[in-house]
Amino acid sequence: MMEIMEGSHAVAHAVRMCRPEVIAAYPITPQTHIVEALAEMVANCSLDAEYITVESEFSALSACLGASAAGSRVYSATTSQGLALMFEVCFNTAGMRLPVVMSIVNRALGAPLSIWNDQQDSISLRDSGWLQFYAEDNQEATDLHYIAYRVAEDKGVLLPAFVCFDGFILSHTYEPVEMLTQEQVDSYLPPYSPVQRLDSKNPISIGLFASPDYYMEFRYEIDRAMKASSQVIREAGRRFGEMFGRDYSNLVEEYRMDDAECAIVAMGSICGTVKDAIDEMRRDGQKAGLLRIRTFRPFPGDEIKKALAGVSSVAVLDKNISLGAKGAVALEVRDALYGSGIPVLDYIIALGGRDVAKKDIKSVVKMAMAGNGDLFYGLRGEVLG
Amino acid sequence: MISLRELRIHGRGGQGSVTAAELIAVAAFAGGVYSQAFPAFGVERRGAPVQAFVRFDDRKIRLRSQVYEPDYIIVQDSTLISDVNVFHGVKPGGVVIVNTEKPLAAQIPAGVKVITLDATSIALKHLGVPITNTTLMGAFAAASGEIDLTALEEAIRGRFTGEMAEKNVAAAREAYALVRGVS
Repeated sequence: MMEIMEGSHAVAHAVRMCRPEVIAAYPITPQTHIVEALAEMVANCSLDAEYITVESEFSALSACLGASAAGSRVYSATTSQGLALMFEVCFNTAGMRLPVVMSIVNRALGAPLSIWNDQQDSISLRDSGWLQFYAEDNQEATDLHYIAYRVAEDKGVLLPAFVCFDGFILSHTYEPVEMLTQEQVDSYLPPYSPVQRLDSKNPISIGLFASPDYYMEFRYEIDRAMKASSQVIREAGRRFGEMFGRDYSNLVEEYRMDDAECAIVAMGSICGTVKDAIDEMRRDGQKAGLLRIRTFRPFPGDEIKKALAGVSSVAVLDKNISLGAKGAVALEVRDALYGSGIPVLDYIIALGGRDVAKKDIKSVVKMAMAGNGDLFYGLRGEVLG
Repeated sequence: MISLRELRIHGRGGQGSVTAAELIAVAAFAGGVYSQAFPAFGVERRGAPVQAFVRFDDRKIRLRSQVYEPDYIIVQDSTLISDVNVFHGVKPGGVVIVNTEKPLAAQIPAGVKVITLDATSIALKHLGVPITNTTLMGAFAAASGEIDLTALEEAIRGRFTGEMAEKNVAAAREAYALVRGVS
Protein backbone atom coordinates (compact mmCIF):
# COMPACT_ATOMS: atom_id res chain seq x y z
CA MET A 1 0.00 0.00 0.00
CA MET A 2 1.25 3.49 -0.85
CA GLU A 3 1.65 5.73 2.15
CA ILE A 4 3.05 9.23 2.44
CA MET A 5 5.73 9.75 5.07
CA GLU A 6 9.10 11.25 5.75
CA GLY A 7 12.01 9.38 4.15
CA SER A 8 13.70 8.74 7.51
CA HIS A 9 10.55 7.16 8.90
CA ALA A 10 10.06 4.99 5.82
CA VAL A 11 13.63 3.73 6.22
CA ALA A 12 13.13 3.11 9.96
CA HIS A 13 10.06 0.97 9.19
CA ALA A 14 11.93 -0.96 6.50
CA VAL A 15 14.75 -1.62 8.97
CA ARG A 16 12.24 -2.74 11.62
CA MET A 17 10.80 -5.29 9.20
CA CYS A 18 14.31 -6.65 8.50
CA ARG A 19 14.24 -7.77 12.17
CA PRO A 20 17.64 -6.55 13.33
CA GLU A 21 18.55 -8.11 16.69
CA VAL A 22 21.05 -5.43 17.72
CA ILE A 23 21.05 -1.72 16.85
CA ALA A 24 23.83 0.63 17.94
CA ALA A 25 23.91 4.19 16.66
CA TYR A 26 24.86 7.70 17.67
CA PRO A 27 22.52 10.49 16.57
CA ILE A 28 23.86 12.99 14.02
CA THR A 29 22.11 15.36 11.60
CA PRO A 30 20.52 14.43 9.17
CA GLN A 31 20.39 10.77 10.29
CA THR A 32 18.69 11.53 13.64
CA HIS A 33 15.05 10.84 12.72
CA ILE A 34 15.89 7.24 11.73
CA VAL A 35 17.54 6.25 14.99
CA GLU A 36 15.00 8.16 17.10
CA ALA A 37 12.22 6.22 15.39
CA LEU A 38 13.99 2.88 15.90
CA ALA A 39 14.72 3.67 19.58
CA GLU A 40 11.01 4.39 20.01
CA MET A 41 10.05 1.11 18.32
CA VAL A 42 12.34 -0.82 20.66
CA ALA A 43 10.95 1.08 23.67
CA ASN A 44 7.31 0.38 22.74
CA CYS A 45 8.06 -3.26 21.84
CA SER A 46 7.11 -3.02 18.17
CA LEU A 47 10.71 -4.08 17.46
CA ASP A 48 12.34 -6.89 19.44
CA ALA A 49 15.96 -5.74 19.38
CA GLU A 50 18.72 -4.72 21.73
CA TYR A 51 19.26 -0.97 21.28
CA ILE A 52 22.72 -0.06 22.54
CA THR A 53 23.18 3.63 23.30
CA VAL A 54 26.82 4.59 22.86
CA GLU A 55 28.98 7.67 23.36
CA SER A 56 30.35 7.90 19.81
CA GLU A 57 30.11 6.52 16.30
CA PHE A 58 33.34 4.60 16.86
CA SER A 59 31.60 2.71 19.68
CA ALA A 60 28.40 2.33 17.66
CA LEU A 61 30.07 0.41 14.88
CA SER A 62 32.34 -1.45 17.33
CA ALA A 63 29.24 -2.70 19.15
CA CYS A 64 27.72 -3.72 15.82
CA LEU A 65 30.91 -5.54 14.86
CA GLY A 66 30.90 -7.52 18.12
CA ALA A 67 27.21 -8.33 17.92
CA SER A 68 27.54 -9.44 14.30
CA ALA A 69 30.51 -11.65 15.21
CA ALA A 70 28.30 -13.20 17.91
CA GLY A 71 25.85 -14.14 15.18
CA SER A 72 23.22 -11.37 15.29
CA ARG A 73 21.69 -9.38 12.46
CA VAL A 74 22.75 -5.80 13.26
CA TYR A 75 22.01 -2.29 12.06
CA SER A 76 23.50 1.16 12.37
CA ALA A 77 23.09 4.51 10.64
CA THR A 78 25.34 7.52 10.37
CA THR A 79 26.62 10.30 8.14
CA SER A 80 29.55 12.66 7.52
CA GLN A 81 31.83 13.15 10.56
CA GLY A 82 30.18 10.17 12.22
CA LEU A 83 31.22 7.90 9.38
CA ALA A 84 34.69 9.44 9.44
CA LEU A 85 34.98 8.47 13.11
CA MET A 86 34.06 4.88 12.14
CA PHE A 87 36.82 4.66 9.55
CA GLU A 88 38.96 2.08 11.37
CA VAL A 89 35.99 -0.10 12.37
CA CYS A 90 34.66 -0.03 8.78
CA PHE A 91 37.81 -1.74 7.52
CA ASN A 92 37.69 -4.26 10.39
CA THR A 93 34.03 -5.11 9.76
CA ALA A 94 34.75 -5.93 6.12
CA GLY A 95 38.00 -7.71 6.96
CA MET A 96 36.18 -9.98 9.42
CA ARG A 97 33.51 -10.61 6.78
CA LEU A 98 30.63 -9.41 8.98
CA PRO A 99 27.42 -8.57 7.07
CA VAL A 100 26.51 -5.37 8.95
CA VAL A 101 24.04 -3.10 7.13
CA MET A 102 24.31 0.63 7.74
CA SER A 103 22.32 3.56 6.35
CA ILE A 104 24.46 6.48 5.24
CA VAL A 105 22.38 9.65 5.08
CA ASN A 106 24.84 11.42 2.82
CA ARG A 107 26.29 14.71 4.07
CA ALA A 108 29.35 16.83 3.38
CA LEU A 109 32.53 16.55 5.49
CA GLY A 110 34.15 19.44 7.37
CA ALA A 111 35.96 21.69 7.72
CA PRO A 112 34.18 24.02 7.19
CA LEU A 113 31.26 22.39 8.96
CA SER A 114 28.30 21.66 6.72
CA ILE A 115 25.18 19.75 7.67
CA TRP A 116 24.06 19.69 4.03
CA ASN A 117 24.20 17.03 1.38
CA ASP A 118 26.88 15.73 -0.87
CA GLN A 119 28.35 12.23 -1.15
CA GLN A 120 31.88 12.82 0.10
CA ASP A 121 31.30 10.74 3.25
CA SER A 122 30.48 7.33 1.74
CA ILE A 123 32.72 7.91 -1.28
CA SER A 124 35.63 8.41 1.12
CA LEU A 125 35.01 4.84 2.40
CA ARG A 126 35.23 3.55 -1.17
CA ASP A 127 38.16 1.22 -0.42
CA SER A 128 36.87 -0.18 2.89
CA GLY A 129 35.26 -3.38 1.55
CA TRP A 130 31.63 -2.34 2.11
CA LEU A 131 29.07 -2.70 -0.66
CA GLN A 132 27.64 0.72 -1.57
CA PHE A 133 24.10 1.24 -2.86
CA TYR A 134 22.75 4.72 -3.78
CA ALA A 135 19.00 5.47 -3.79
CA GLU A 136 17.29 7.89 -6.15
CA ASP A 137 14.10 8.27 -4.10
CA ASN A 138 12.57 7.12 -0.83
CA GLN A 139 11.08 4.03 -2.46
CA GLU A 140 14.56 2.84 -3.31
CA ALA A 141 15.94 3.99 0.03
CA THR A 142 13.56 1.53 1.72
CA ASP A 143 13.77 -1.32 -0.83
CA LEU A 144 17.57 -1.30 -0.86
CA HIS A 145 17.67 -2.15 2.86
CA TYR A 146 15.86 -5.48 2.28
CA ILE A 147 18.13 -6.21 -0.67
CA ALA A 148 21.29 -5.15 1.21
CA TYR A 149 20.68 -7.62 4.05
CA ARG A 150 19.95 -10.44 1.64
CA VAL A 151 23.10 -9.79 -0.39
CA ALA A 152 25.42 -9.02 2.55
CA GLU A 153 24.44 -12.24 4.37
CA ASP A 154 24.72 -14.42 1.27
CA LYS A 155 27.33 -17.13 1.92
CA GLY A 156 29.14 -16.18 -1.28
CA VAL A 157 29.44 -12.53 -0.18
CA LEU A 158 29.62 -12.03 3.62
CA LEU A 159 30.49 -8.37 3.38
CA PRO A 160 28.96 -5.31 5.07
CA ALA A 161 26.81 -2.86 3.09
CA PHE A 162 26.05 0.86 3.04
CA VAL A 163 22.62 1.95 1.87
CA CYS A 164 23.28 5.57 0.87
CA PHE A 165 20.60 8.22 0.37
CA ASP A 166 20.94 11.97 0.21
CA GLY A 167 20.64 13.85 3.50
CA PHE A 168 17.62 16.19 3.77
CA ILE A 169 16.85 15.87 0.03
CA LEU A 170 15.50 12.36 0.70
CA SER A 171 15.71 11.88 4.47
CA HIS A 172 13.54 14.90 5.32
CA THR A 173 11.18 14.73 2.34
CA TYR A 174 7.59 13.55 2.59
CA GLU A 175 6.59 11.55 -0.46
CA PRO A 176 4.57 8.42 -1.22
CA VAL A 177 6.30 5.11 -0.57
CA GLU A 178 4.98 1.61 -1.09
CA MET A 179 5.83 -0.22 2.13
CA LEU A 180 6.07 -4.01 2.20
CA THR A 181 4.28 -5.95 4.92
CA GLN A 182 6.17 -7.93 7.56
CA GLU A 183 5.00 -11.16 5.87
CA GLN A 184 6.41 -9.98 2.53
CA VAL A 185 9.75 -9.03 4.07
CA ASP A 186 9.91 -12.37 5.92
CA SER A 187 9.27 -14.23 2.68
CA TYR A 188 12.10 -12.32 0.95
CA LEU A 189 14.67 -12.10 3.72
CA PRO A 190 15.36 -15.34 5.63
CA PRO A 191 16.74 -15.15 9.20
CA TYR A 192 20.51 -14.65 9.35
CA SER A 193 22.38 -17.92 9.72
CA PRO A 194 26.07 -17.18 10.32
CA VAL A 195 28.76 -19.51 9.03
CA GLN A 196 30.61 -19.09 12.32
CA ARG A 197 29.99 -17.12 15.48
CA LEU A 198 31.69 -16.18 18.72
CA ASP A 199 30.57 -18.75 21.26
CA SER A 200 32.18 -19.24 24.67
CA LYS A 201 31.44 -22.99 24.53
CA ASN A 202 33.23 -23.35 21.22
CA PRO A 203 35.83 -20.59 21.23
CA ILE A 204 37.23 -19.19 17.98
CA SER A 205 39.11 -15.99 17.19
CA ILE A 206 38.47 -13.76 14.22
CA GLY A 207 40.21 -10.68 12.87
CA LEU A 208 43.57 -11.51 14.36
CA PHE A 209 47.10 -10.82 13.20
CA ALA A 210 48.20 -11.89 9.70
CA SER A 211 51.87 -12.09 8.82
CA PRO A 212 53.16 -11.13 5.36
CA ASP A 213 52.69 -14.78 4.41
CA TYR A 214 48.89 -14.49 4.81
CA TYR A 215 47.72 -10.85 4.65
CA MET A 216 47.55 -10.54 0.86
CA GLU A 217 45.39 -13.65 0.56
CA PHE A 218 42.86 -12.14 2.99
CA ARG A 219 42.69 -8.98 0.88
CA TYR A 220 42.38 -11.01 -2.31
CA GLU A 221 39.46 -12.96 -0.86
CA ILE A 222 37.61 -9.79 0.13
CA ASP A 223 38.09 -8.44 -3.37
CA ARG A 224 36.94 -11.73 -4.88
CA ALA A 225 33.82 -11.74 -2.69
CA MET A 226 33.09 -8.12 -3.63
CA LYS A 227 33.35 -8.93 -7.33
CA ALA A 228 31.24 -12.08 -6.92
CA SER A 229 28.57 -9.98 -5.17
CA SER A 230 27.58 -8.40 -8.52
CA GLN A 231 25.81 -11.58 -9.54
CA VAL A 232 24.25 -12.00 -6.08
CA ILE A 233 22.90 -8.43 -6.30
CA ARG A 234 21.41 -9.13 -9.74
CA GLU A 235 19.71 -12.26 -8.48
CA ALA A 236 18.47 -10.64 -5.26
CA GLY A 237 17.22 -7.65 -7.29
CA ARG A 238 15.49 -9.86 -9.85
CA ARG A 239 13.81 -11.89 -7.10
CA PHE A 240 12.64 -8.66 -5.45
CA GLY A 241 11.09 -7.62 -8.75
CA GLU A 242 9.33 -10.96 -9.19
CA MET A 243 7.89 -10.82 -5.70
CA PHE A 244 6.99 -7.14 -5.34
CA GLY A 245 7.03 -5.66 -8.86
CA ARG A 246 10.03 -3.35 -8.53
CA ASP A 247 13.00 -4.75 -10.39
CA TYR A 248 16.54 -4.16 -9.11
CA SER A 249 18.31 -6.73 -11.25
CA ASN A 250 20.65 -4.18 -12.82
CA LEU A 251 23.41 -2.37 -10.99
CA VAL A 252 22.78 0.62 -13.25
CA GLU A 253 19.63 2.21 -14.68
CA GLU A 254 19.47 3.52 -18.24
CA TYR A 255 17.08 6.41 -18.91
CA ARG A 256 16.45 7.42 -22.55
CA MET A 257 19.86 6.03 -23.49
CA ASP A 258 18.82 4.22 -26.70
CA ASP A 259 19.84 6.96 -29.13
CA ALA A 260 21.53 9.32 -26.68
CA GLU A 261 24.42 11.43 -27.97
CA CYS A 262 25.31 12.96 -24.61
CA ALA A 263 25.06 10.71 -21.55
CA ILE A 264 24.94 12.04 -18.02
CA VAL A 265 26.29 9.66 -15.38
CA ALA A 266 25.21 10.27 -11.77
CA MET A 267 24.19 8.64 -8.47
CA GLY A 268 21.42 9.33 -5.96
CA SER A 269 18.61 11.85 -5.76
CA ILE A 270 20.04 14.26 -8.36
CA CYS A 271 19.00 11.67 -10.98
CA GLY A 272 15.30 12.60 -10.55
CA THR A 273 16.04 16.19 -11.53
CA VAL A 274 18.25 14.92 -14.38
CA LYS A 275 15.39 12.79 -15.76
CA ASP A 276 13.00 15.76 -15.82
CA ALA A 277 15.68 17.91 -17.51
CA ILE A 278 16.29 15.16 -20.09
CA ASP A 279 12.57 15.01 -20.95
CA GLU A 280 12.64 18.76 -21.63
CA MET A 281 15.86 18.55 -23.66
CA ARG A 282 14.37 15.69 -25.70
CA ARG A 283 11.33 17.85 -26.49
CA ASP A 284 13.77 20.45 -27.80
CA GLY A 285 15.43 17.82 -30.01
CA GLN A 286 18.54 17.30 -27.87
CA LYS A 287 19.49 13.65 -27.57
CA ALA A 288 20.50 13.42 -23.91
CA GLY A 289 20.24 10.35 -21.69
CA LEU A 290 21.07 9.28 -18.14
CA LEU A 291 23.07 6.35 -16.86
CA ARG A 292 22.39 6.07 -13.15
CA ILE A 293 24.79 4.06 -11.02
CA ARG A 294 22.87 2.36 -8.22
CA THR A 295 25.74 0.16 -7.01
CA PHE A 296 29.05 1.99 -6.66
CA ARG A 297 30.71 -0.99 -4.90
CA PRO A 298 31.02 -3.42 -6.53
CA PHE A 299 31.66 -1.03 -9.43
CA PRO A 300 29.66 -2.08 -12.51
CA GLY A 301 32.36 -1.29 -15.07
CA ASP A 302 31.15 -3.76 -17.71
CA GLU A 303 27.55 -2.52 -17.57
CA ILE A 304 28.77 1.07 -17.83
CA LYS A 305 30.98 0.28 -20.83
CA LYS A 306 28.07 -1.43 -22.57
CA ALA A 307 25.55 1.30 -21.79
CA LEU A 308 27.83 4.11 -22.94
CA ALA A 309 29.01 2.49 -26.18
CA GLY A 310 27.89 4.74 -29.01
CA VAL A 311 27.50 8.04 -27.17
CA SER A 312 29.61 10.97 -28.33
CA SER A 313 30.18 12.52 -24.91
CA VAL A 314 29.81 11.58 -21.26
CA ALA A 315 29.18 14.12 -18.49
CA VAL A 316 29.71 12.74 -14.98
CA LEU A 317 28.09 14.58 -12.07
CA ASP A 318 30.24 14.06 -9.00
CA LYS A 319 28.92 15.09 -5.57
CA ASN A 320 32.42 14.49 -4.23
CA ILE A 321 35.97 15.44 -5.08
CA SER A 322 39.17 13.44 -4.70
CA LEU A 323 41.14 16.58 -3.94
CA GLY A 324 44.10 16.94 -6.25
CA ALA A 325 42.57 14.55 -8.79
CA LYS A 326 38.92 14.44 -9.97
CA GLY A 327 35.53 13.24 -8.81
CA ALA A 328 35.56 9.57 -7.81
CA VAL A 329 32.77 8.54 -10.18
CA ALA A 330 34.39 10.18 -13.20
CA LEU A 331 37.73 8.50 -12.48
CA GLU A 332 36.11 5.07 -12.52
CA VAL A 333 33.85 5.75 -15.51
CA ARG A 334 36.93 6.88 -17.42
CA ASP A 335 38.65 3.64 -16.39
CA ALA A 336 35.65 1.62 -17.61
CA LEU A 337 35.77 3.42 -20.99
CA TYR A 338 39.55 3.21 -21.35
CA GLY A 339 40.50 2.71 -24.98
CA SER A 340 37.01 3.51 -26.31
CA GLY A 341 37.93 7.06 -27.31
CA ILE A 342 34.69 8.39 -25.78
CA PRO A 343 35.41 11.65 -23.92
CA VAL A 344 34.45 11.59 -20.23
CA LEU A 345 34.06 15.05 -18.69
CA ASP A 346 33.72 15.61 -14.97
CA TYR A 347 31.52 18.15 -13.19
CA ILE A 348 31.98 18.57 -9.44
CA ILE A 349 28.50 19.69 -8.43
CA ALA A 350 26.18 20.30 -5.47
CA LEU A 351 28.87 20.11 -2.79
CA GLY A 352 27.71 21.04 0.71
CA GLY A 353 24.05 21.24 -0.26
CA ARG A 354 24.18 23.69 -3.21
CA ASP A 355 20.87 23.26 -5.02
CA VAL A 356 20.74 21.81 -8.54
CA ALA A 357 17.89 22.83 -10.84
CA LYS A 358 16.93 21.52 -14.29
CA LYS A 359 18.64 24.52 -15.92
CA ASP A 360 21.96 23.41 -14.34
CA ILE A 361 21.65 19.97 -15.92
CA LYS A 362 20.92 21.54 -19.30
CA SER A 363 23.90 23.79 -18.89
CA VAL A 364 26.18 20.81 -18.10
CA VAL A 365 24.97 18.99 -21.22
CA LYS A 366 25.64 22.08 -23.32
CA MET A 367 29.16 22.35 -21.89
CA ALA A 368 29.85 18.64 -22.43
CA MET A 369 28.71 18.81 -26.06
CA ALA A 370 31.19 21.67 -26.53
CA GLY A 371 33.98 19.63 -24.92
CA ASN A 372 34.14 21.91 -21.89
CA GLY A 373 34.39 20.06 -18.57
CA ASP A 374 36.59 18.76 -15.75
CA LEU A 375 35.59 21.64 -13.53
CA PHE A 376 33.64 22.70 -10.46
CA TYR A 377 30.19 23.63 -11.79
CA GLY A 378 28.62 26.90 -10.67
CA LEU A 379 31.49 28.39 -8.67
CA ARG A 380 30.75 31.86 -7.31
CA GLY A 381 33.73 33.86 -8.53
CA GLU A 382 32.91 36.79 -6.23
CA VAL A 383 33.56 34.77 -3.06
CA LEU A 384 36.80 33.15 -4.22
CA GLY A 385 40.09 34.41 -2.81
CA MET B 1 5.25 18.34 -16.83
CA ILE B 2 2.42 20.81 -17.37
CA SER B 3 0.51 19.12 -14.60
CA LEU B 4 3.16 19.93 -11.97
CA ARG B 5 2.11 22.58 -9.46
CA GLU B 6 4.41 24.05 -6.83
CA LEU B 7 3.94 25.86 -3.51
CA ARG B 8 6.53 27.86 -1.59
CA ILE B 9 5.94 28.76 2.04
CA HIS B 10 7.79 31.67 3.65
CA GLY B 11 7.83 31.91 7.41
CA ARG B 12 9.98 32.45 10.43
CA GLY B 13 11.47 29.68 12.53
CA GLY B 14 8.83 28.56 15.05
CA GLN B 15 5.77 29.35 12.92
CA GLY B 16 5.44 25.78 11.66
CA SER B 17 6.19 26.28 7.95
CA VAL B 18 7.71 22.81 7.61
CA THR B 19 4.75 21.20 9.38
CA ALA B 20 2.40 23.12 7.08
CA ALA B 21 4.22 21.80 4.00
CA GLU B 22 4.10 18.23 5.32
CA LEU B 23 0.41 18.34 6.24
CA ILE B 24 -0.56 19.93 2.91
CA ALA B 25 1.32 17.10 1.14
CA VAL B 26 -0.42 14.50 3.30
CA ALA B 27 -3.84 16.01 2.53
CA ALA B 28 -3.08 16.22 -1.19
CA PHE B 29 -1.97 12.58 -1.30
CA ALA B 30 -5.17 11.58 0.50
CA GLY B 31 -7.01 13.35 -2.33
CA GLY B 32 -5.38 11.07 -4.91
CA VAL B 33 -2.43 13.04 -6.32
CA TYR B 34 1.29 12.57 -5.90
CA SER B 35 2.80 15.10 -3.53
CA GLN B 36 6.21 15.94 -2.14
CA ALA B 37 7.07 18.23 0.81
CA PHE B 38 10.49 19.33 1.97
CA PRO B 39 12.10 22.16 3.90
CA ALA B 40 14.82 24.52 2.68
CA PHE B 41 17.16 22.80 5.12
CA GLY B 42 18.48 25.83 6.95
CA VAL B 43 19.97 25.95 10.41
CA GLU B 44 16.57 26.71 11.93
CA ARG B 45 16.49 29.33 14.62
CA ARG B 46 13.41 30.88 16.12
CA GLY B 47 12.53 34.00 14.15
CA ALA B 48 14.93 33.45 11.23
CA PRO B 49 13.42 33.43 7.72
CA VAL B 50 12.66 29.85 6.60
CA GLN B 51 11.13 28.25 3.53
CA ALA B 52 9.34 25.00 2.87
CA PHE B 53 8.05 23.57 -0.39
CA VAL B 54 5.28 21.33 -1.71
CA ARG B 55 4.84 19.82 -5.16
CA PHE B 56 1.63 18.33 -6.56
CA ASP B 57 1.40 16.22 -9.70
CA ASP B 58 -0.82 13.60 -11.28
CA ARG B 59 2.23 11.38 -11.75
CA LYS B 60 5.25 10.43 -9.68
CA ILE B 61 7.39 13.45 -8.80
CA ARG B 62 11.09 13.09 -9.61
CA LEU B 63 12.26 16.71 -9.43
CA ARG B 64 14.35 17.45 -6.31
CA SER B 65 15.40 21.08 -6.72
CA GLN B 66 14.00 23.88 -4.59
CA VAL B 67 10.95 25.67 -5.96
CA TYR B 68 11.91 28.64 -8.15
CA GLU B 69 8.69 29.32 -10.10
CA PRO B 70 5.83 28.65 -7.69
CA ASP B 71 2.17 28.52 -8.64
CA TYR B 72 1.30 29.29 -5.02
CA ILE B 73 3.04 31.19 -2.23
CA ILE B 74 2.13 31.41 1.44
CA VAL B 75 3.66 34.22 3.52
CA GLN B 76 3.20 33.53 7.21
CA ASP B 77 4.60 36.86 8.37
CA SER B 78 4.22 40.08 6.35
CA THR B 79 7.34 41.57 8.00
CA LEU B 80 9.32 39.11 5.83
CA ILE B 81 8.37 41.11 2.74
CA SER B 82 10.96 43.79 3.56
CA ASP B 83 13.73 41.14 4.10
CA VAL B 84 13.03 38.49 1.47
CA ASN B 85 11.67 38.75 -2.09
CA VAL B 86 8.72 36.51 -1.31
CA PHE B 87 7.22 37.00 -4.78
CA HIS B 88 10.37 35.82 -6.55
CA GLY B 89 9.64 33.70 -9.61
CA VAL B 90 5.88 33.49 -9.08
CA LYS B 91 4.10 32.27 -12.20
CA PRO B 92 1.64 34.53 -14.02
CA GLY B 93 -1.79 33.63 -12.68
CA GLY B 94 -0.18 32.53 -9.41
CA VAL B 95 -1.88 32.88 -6.04
CA VAL B 96 -0.16 34.48 -3.04
CA ILE B 97 -1.63 34.21 0.46
CA VAL B 98 -0.28 36.72 2.95
CA ASN B 99 -0.90 36.85 6.68
CA THR B 100 -1.38 40.55 7.49
CA GLU B 101 -3.90 42.76 9.25
CA LYS B 102 -3.08 45.71 7.02
CA PRO B 103 -3.35 46.30 3.27
CA LEU B 104 -0.12 45.27 1.53
CA ALA B 105 2.32 48.06 0.77
CA ALA B 106 4.51 45.77 -1.36
CA GLN B 107 4.81 45.91 -5.13
CA ILE B 108 2.77 42.97 -6.39
CA PRO B 109 3.85 41.35 -9.69
CA ALA B 110 1.35 41.77 -12.53
CA GLY B 111 -1.13 38.95 -13.08
CA VAL B 112 -0.73 37.59 -9.57
CA LYS B 113 -3.71 37.18 -7.26
CA VAL B 114 -2.99 38.23 -3.69
CA ILE B 115 -5.22 37.13 -0.82
CA THR B 116 -4.62 38.75 2.55
CA LEU B 117 -6.06 37.63 5.84
CA ASP B 118 -5.37 38.29 9.50
CA ALA B 119 -4.29 34.73 10.30
CA THR B 120 -2.58 35.85 13.51
CA SER B 121 -5.89 36.97 15.03
CA ILE B 122 -7.59 33.74 13.94
CA ALA B 123 -4.77 31.65 15.43
CA LEU B 124 -4.81 33.66 18.68
CA LYS B 125 -8.59 33.23 18.93
CA HIS B 126 -8.49 29.43 18.54
CA LEU B 127 -5.06 28.42 19.83
CA GLY B 128 -4.10 31.28 22.14
CA VAL B 129 -0.70 31.51 20.39
CA PRO B 130 0.26 33.32 17.16
CA ILE B 131 1.21 30.12 15.30
CA THR B 132 -0.51 30.58 11.98
CA ASN B 133 0.39 27.49 9.97
CA THR B 134 -2.89 25.57 10.31
CA THR B 135 -4.92 28.75 9.73
CA LEU B 136 -3.04 29.44 6.50
CA MET B 137 -3.44 25.82 5.44
CA GLY B 138 -7.21 26.38 5.58
CA ALA B 139 -6.80 29.53 3.49
CA PHE B 140 -4.63 27.60 1.00
CA ALA B 141 -7.25 24.85 0.66
CA ALA B 142 -9.90 27.45 -0.20
CA ALA B 143 -7.73 29.56 -2.52
CA SER B 144 -6.01 26.79 -4.48
CA GLY B 145 -8.41 23.86 -4.61
CA GLU B 146 -5.36 21.56 -4.34
CA ILE B 147 -6.59 19.98 -1.11
CA ASP B 148 -10.04 19.59 0.34
CA LEU B 149 -10.96 20.71 3.80
CA THR B 150 -11.87 17.24 5.07
CA ALA B 151 -8.52 15.80 4.00
CA LEU B 152 -6.79 18.75 5.65
CA GLU B 153 -8.70 18.19 8.89
CA GLU B 154 -7.65 14.52 8.85
CA ALA B 155 -4.02 15.49 8.23
CA ILE B 156 -4.16 17.88 11.21
CA ARG B 157 -5.70 15.18 13.41
CA GLY B 158 -2.95 12.80 12.26
CA ARG B 159 -0.29 15.17 13.59
CA PHE B 160 -1.93 16.66 16.70
CA THR B 161 -4.10 14.92 19.25
CA GLY B 162 -7.16 15.72 21.36
CA GLU B 163 -8.03 19.32 22.08
CA MET B 164 -4.95 20.64 20.28
CA ALA B 165 -6.07 18.93 17.07
CA GLU B 166 -9.60 20.32 17.31
CA LYS B 167 -8.38 23.87 18.00
CA ASN B 168 -6.18 23.72 14.91
CA VAL B 169 -9.03 22.28 12.86
CA ALA B 170 -11.26 25.16 13.99
CA ALA B 171 -8.62 27.71 12.96
CA ALA B 172 -8.23 26.06 9.53
CA ARG B 173 -12.02 26.01 9.06
CA GLU B 174 -12.46 29.68 9.89
CA ALA B 175 -9.76 30.69 7.40
CA TYR B 176 -11.24 28.35 4.79
CA ALA B 177 -14.68 29.92 5.15
CA LEU B 178 -13.23 33.43 5.12
CA VAL B 179 -11.24 32.89 1.90
CA ARG B 180 -14.09 30.95 0.29
CA GLY B 181 -16.26 34.01 0.91
CA VAL B 182 -13.88 36.50 -0.67
CA SER B 183 -12.51 34.51 -3.62
